[in-house]
Amino acid sequence: MTPAPDLIVKGKASIDGATLFAPLTLTLGAGQWTCLLGGSGVGKTTVLRLIAGLNTGAVFTGEIMASDGQPVTERVAYMAQDDLLLPWATVAQNVSLGARLRGEKPDLARRDRLIERMRLQEHLGKKPSELSGGQRQRVALARTLMEDRPIVLLDEPFSALDARTRADMQDLAAEALQGRTVLLVTHDPGEAARLGQSITVMTQHGLTPCNPPHAPAPRHVDDLETLATQGALLRMLREGAA
Amino acid sequence: MKYLSALAATIFALAIWQAIVSLTGLPKFILPGPALVAETWWQNRWLIAEHTWITAIEVVIGLAFGTILGVITALQLANSRAARVLVQPMLVFTQALPVFALAPLLTLWLGYGLWSKVAMAVLIIYFPITSSFFDGLMRTPSGYLDLARTMQASPRAVLWHIRIPAALPSLASGMRLAAVYAPIGAVIGEWVGSSQGLGYLMLLANGRAKTDLMFAAMLTLGVFSIVLHMIIRRATARMAGEMR
Ligand SMILES: Nc1ncnc2c1ncn2[C@@H]1O[C@H](COP(=O)(O)OP(=O)(O)O)[C@@H](O)[C@H]1O
Ligand SMILES: [Mg+2]
Repeated sequence: MTPAPDLIVKGKASIDGATLFAPLTLTLGAGQWTCLLGGSGVGKTTVLRLIAGLNTGAVFTGEIMASDGQPVTERVAYMAQDDLLLPWATVAQNVSLGARLRGEKPDLARRDRLIERMRLQEHLGKKPSELSGGQRQRVALARTLMEDRPIVLLDEPFSALDARTRADMQDLAAEALQGRTVLLVTHDPGEAARLGQSITVMTQHGLTPCNPPHAPAPRHVDDLETLATQGALLRMLREGAA
Repeated sequence: MKYLSALAATIFALAIWQAIVSLTGLPKFILPGPALVAETWWQNRWLIAEHTWITAIEVVIGLAFGTILGVITALQLANSRAARVLVQPMLVFTQALPVFALAPLLTLWLGYGLWSKVAMAVLIIYFPITSSFFDGLMRTPSGYLDLARTMQASPRAVLWHIRIPAALPSLASGMRLAAVYAPIGAVIGEWVGSSQGLGYLMLLANGRAKTDLMFAAMLTLGVFSIVLHMIIRRATARMAGEMR
């Protein structure tokens, strides 16, 4: 893995001529978790997909660049709300999918270490349909880690999980992705308050930064400052930031 | 339970058949009753078996070739836009032609033997196989393709590791349709020109006013088709669903 760079998204986007977001600048700090918080439909997924080099319905004018000047799209790993596990492949095969798709030999020792780290060793040979939602997201996280990319893009990966599993996954992901430049797109103020080392609220009016709590992430769910931040974020969302 | 209801339906159908024969009093060369057909079937069991064997060979070879050709065509279409533009309209157009009108031509080209019937079966199943597999290949869930893209997958690897496996259930449903159509194709071929096979036997019996034998051959064809469909169903079960 190359060292994680800063990432800068600068530009505007429109869909069928209508503005999706006015000119904005989003900076993702090197090796940091940046949480992009916003209601649904404001364009969070669009921003994330633009960074990943994936198709969006929007026309983007501007630039997306890394502080080290290296290309971005080939250094990202991507994880979405849908775990995107291949239903016909086993847990182990899903985790090493990237290598197979590139025609490389997967590093099996590394794969097994990651599977163990995600506490999936008993499920190695199972198909995704035999796993719970939380287990499936752990497989998806292992697959993301297997890619070993300096930039990691997470599009509401935990939002379909129940509260307890979600908190567990947040802890696991925060620990596992340490040192990478992470963009977490979420609509959940609590999640942003727990995980963000930098927090930005996105509304129709643009981006508004918000100070993260002082405690290191992942913060305790009952940490007072974290709860206060969660409240402040929700208020910003409701008031449309501005 | 499934077998019980199938048995009940069969008995019900036989009862209706017998009732029509008894009520209308039609002569047996117009409409023979089930008892007579059963008797005729038993008396001619070796003859019928021989012709069934011929038809079965035509159908199985036709299914194999039709499936291979359909799969190759679908892959080519899915892989190349040029192929889609050039070939797809032609495929659709051929479906507007009555295939059985081609049967005499096939006999002219390929002769009276096995291959004109195989060709007929292939013609009739080629389209369902091609179009169902092609549809499956073009409807890969976009999330998988996004993921593959961020992994810098080559188009070839995406086809092999994602699009084809994701399309297997569609191919399975195409093959199940083909199992129903293929015997029809073979029998049409036999009808037009042959000296063996169930289609030939039916035509022959009909010509000689042996309506009971004609019914026996036809019912044998029906049972054969159902058994074939069941076999293909089972063979494609893994492709179709278990993996989901
Ligand atoms: N492929 C697309 N084509 C057209 N419009 C789209 C497409 N994807 C998203 N949109 C529209 O763009 C807007 C922003 O979508 P998105 O970025 O997914 O928002 P968010 O992730 O914040 O919920 C929405 O109004 C959505 O309807
Ligand atoms: Mg979204």
